[in-house]
Amino acid sequence: MISHLPILQVIVPLMAAPICLLLKRSQLVWLFSLFASAIAFIISVLLLQQVMTSGVISYELGGWEAPWGIEYRIDKLNAFLLLIISAISTVVLIAAQTSIEKEIPKEKHTLFYILYLLSLTGMLGIVSTGDAFNVFVFLEISSLSAYALIALGQDRRALWASYQYLIMGTIGATFILIGIGLMYQMTGTLNMQDLSQRLPEVAQTRTVFTAFAFVIVGVCLKLALFPLHLWLPNAYAYAPSIVTAFFAATATKVAIYLLIRFTFTVFGLSFSFTTLPLQGLFLLLGLTGIFVASSAAIYQNNVKHVFAYSSIAQVGYIIVGLSTSTITGLTATLLHLFNHALMKSAIFLALGAVVYRLGNVQLSSFNGLGRQMPLTMAAIVIGGLSLIGVPLTVGFVSKWYLLTALLEKGWWPVAILILLGSLLAVIYVWRIVEAAYFKKPLADSVPVKEAPLFFLIPIWLLITANIYFGIDTRLSLQVASAAAQSLFGVSP
Amino acid sequence: MKDLFAVVMLLGIYSLLSASFFVAMDAVDVAFTEAAVGAGISTLLMLVVITMTGRSEKTTRHKPWLALLVVVFTGGVLIYGTFDMPYFGIADAPIHSHVAPRYINESMKEIGIPNIVTSVLASYRAFDTFGEVVVIFTAGIGVMALLSVGRRPEEDEKTTAINDSMHEEYLVIRIVTKMLIPFILLYALYVQFHGDFGPGGGFQAGVIFAAAIILYTMLFGLTTARKVINQSFIQFIAAAGVLLYGCVGIVSMLNGANFFDYNVLASDPVAGQHLGILLIEWGVGCTVASVMIMIFFNFAGRREMQQNNEKVNNIEGDSL
Repeated sequence: MISHLPILQVIVPLMAAPICLLLKRSQLVWLFSLFASAIAFIISVLLLQQVMTSGVISYELGGWEAPWGIEYRIDKLNAFLLLIISAISTVVLIAAQTSIEKEIPKEKHTLFYILYLLSLTGMLGIVSTGDAFNVFVFLEISSLSAYALIALGQDRRALWASYQYLIMGTIGATFILIGIGLMYQMTGTLNMQDLSQRLPEVAQTRTVFTAFAFVIVGVCLKLALFPLHLWLPNAYAYAPSIVTAFFAATATKVAIYLLIRFTFTVFGLSFSFTTLPLQGLFLLLGLTGIFVASSAAIYQNNVKHVFAYSSIAQVGYIIVGLSTSTITGLTATLLHLFNHALMKSAIFLALGAVVYRLGNVQLSSFNGLGRQMPLTMAAIVIGGLSLIGVPLTVGFVSKWYLLTALLEKGWWPVAILILLGSLLAVIYVWRIVEAAYFKKPLADSVPVKEAPLFFLIPIWLLITANIYFGIDTRLSLQVASAAAQSLFGVSP
Repeated sequence: MKDLFAVVMLLGIYSLLSASFFVAMDAVDVAFTEAAVGAGISTLLMLVVITMTGRSEKTTRHKPWLALLVVVFTGGVLIYGTFDMPYFGIADAPIHSHVAPRYINESMKEIGIPNIVTSVLASYRAFDTFGEVVVIFTAGIGVMALLSVGRRPEEDEKTTAINDSMHEEYLVIRIVTKMLIPFILLYALYVQFHGDFGPGGGFQAGVIFAAAIILYTMLFGLTTARKVINQSFIQFIAAAGVLLYGCVGIVSMLNGANFFDYNVLASDPVAGQHLGILLIEWGVGCTVASVMIMIFFNFAGRREMQQNNEKVNNIEGDSL
């Protein structure tokens, strides 16, 4: 069975989804989804081990060899992403049943879990495949289920947010498809490995330039790079809390994976960053993104909006890391993928616990919450410190590597700007701390209890991971730098 | 154009034209799908939506110049991209010389069915097709999650009476349709099983099958149709289709080969390929048909609820 691990990674949650439709009972479906997701997590751990010791795993679907059939190709980068996605999905699911009890009507619980599993399947499928068209198919699965999940939010504005995301997401997916189509026309193949060998021959044609432009713009729409980020804040703010926690940690990461895969593997480093002006563009957009989104985050009154804008800013950091196009920069990017997933899922889960008790996440309702929900608020504070990049948290580690990469390149003005960006994060995190710990509760508010155990367990699991990986960076750093080196073609 | 009905009709015509365009380019399978899905069922679904939302577009004050600019720019880039394309139909274009020759030369030997398109989509790239089926399943679940109204309230006699009278007037259409439906269903089955030899397959068959049921629903009312096919039965079929498709892969895995390797399904590889393709096409057909019916039922259920509310209100208004 070990040789089938790559496909089982995707097939287990996929097959679990229709089975959920037959199970029907909400409690049972929850346990079953949790079980499926946990198996996916175990598989991803095994895959990562296997890849780290014995190198790239290739799996031919249907037994047809690569350019004719579809190939699953797991290297260090994929395995790392698979681990992030399935781990976050499993941890978040622990809190799901408690959270959706308050947020989603009872008869829709089963459908919620089916959509959740499908969206997990889609993301895992995008990451594992080595075939460009297969990416598109699984992108559709993950996006369609994402639109429906976001629209399930209890606020009526969720429908509008989901509609906006649907339009932008569909444009993104169509652009990616057009790009893949053009590449196929110029090379006659859809396999990524094969593409990377055949594209250089035709690299200097206008058709390939166009293909590149469409793929990059499409992916950037999906990853909410400034100025294509407009769909994100509302989608994250009005979606059910569980969905936000899951997507904030994984959905944009998958898009960033696609960006790395297309620029580094398919088109190749020199084409992406030297022939075409992607480096300057990414640096500029990344930096603007950090400042515009962080400043916007300061003025929000809905705390989910605050952290949604902060996610856009974090995408900015990741893109700046990419734009250095050095091994250290890419390592910083990959580290930040992992670390940001840990911070944001913890913060949004904690916000979910606040919604569970209070029914909303307006900043004014946070007044005095530090005393009423001490464990939940402490988690938000630690998550916030991690966002800022305080030492002993994971945020520090990735900022450190990002700064090292920038200084290595001699881009010290950029490094200073990055530090200034972190100061903006201090402001928006402080506003929440101030409300929770230094303000008196509103006169008419009802005192609330600490969040239920099913929230506290996953939240503190993630927070512990935030601190653990901030001190002991061996695992995350080793995998990230090995993945970065293999993308640059350097054997470790 | 402000009249949405006309917009939907134009979209249908557009799909039909592109279907004929595909025929002209010798892509009959694609044309068939486009005709069945684009011109057929999606037009129908959009019409149902129009009956709920009203026929004309609301006027908006802002002028979408920015959007127009973006669209023109994108179009410009696309045209720029065509300059270095290989000429249409040229024999040594990359798409004809790299992967395709093997499909054309070897598929008869390796898979043993004359329709190469079916060989590619059901065996060489079976996993993509599986993904597409899951996309359709996701769409069905998504629509259900958004539109299902939970337990339907017990219908009182007043509303059922209104429902019945609604359809009395179209007597000719009802009788003609009743006669046509068996033939449509039979044709769907023909398309389903003939996919190996000519254009067709699970997707088209599923859509045609669903169209027959939808036609029936439109003329005899949702309540009558629900008596024949109830919601949980449809859900079961939708899930079963995906599971059937996936299980074919799992069985080949248990037989010691890779996922979706049909060669090991029977003692002879070609027979195994036949069996595998037959089964997965069934899975596709089941899921597509039931999801289409499911989506239509959910839309129509919404609409009927809306209408009933209006009519009940009107009757109560009159009796006052």
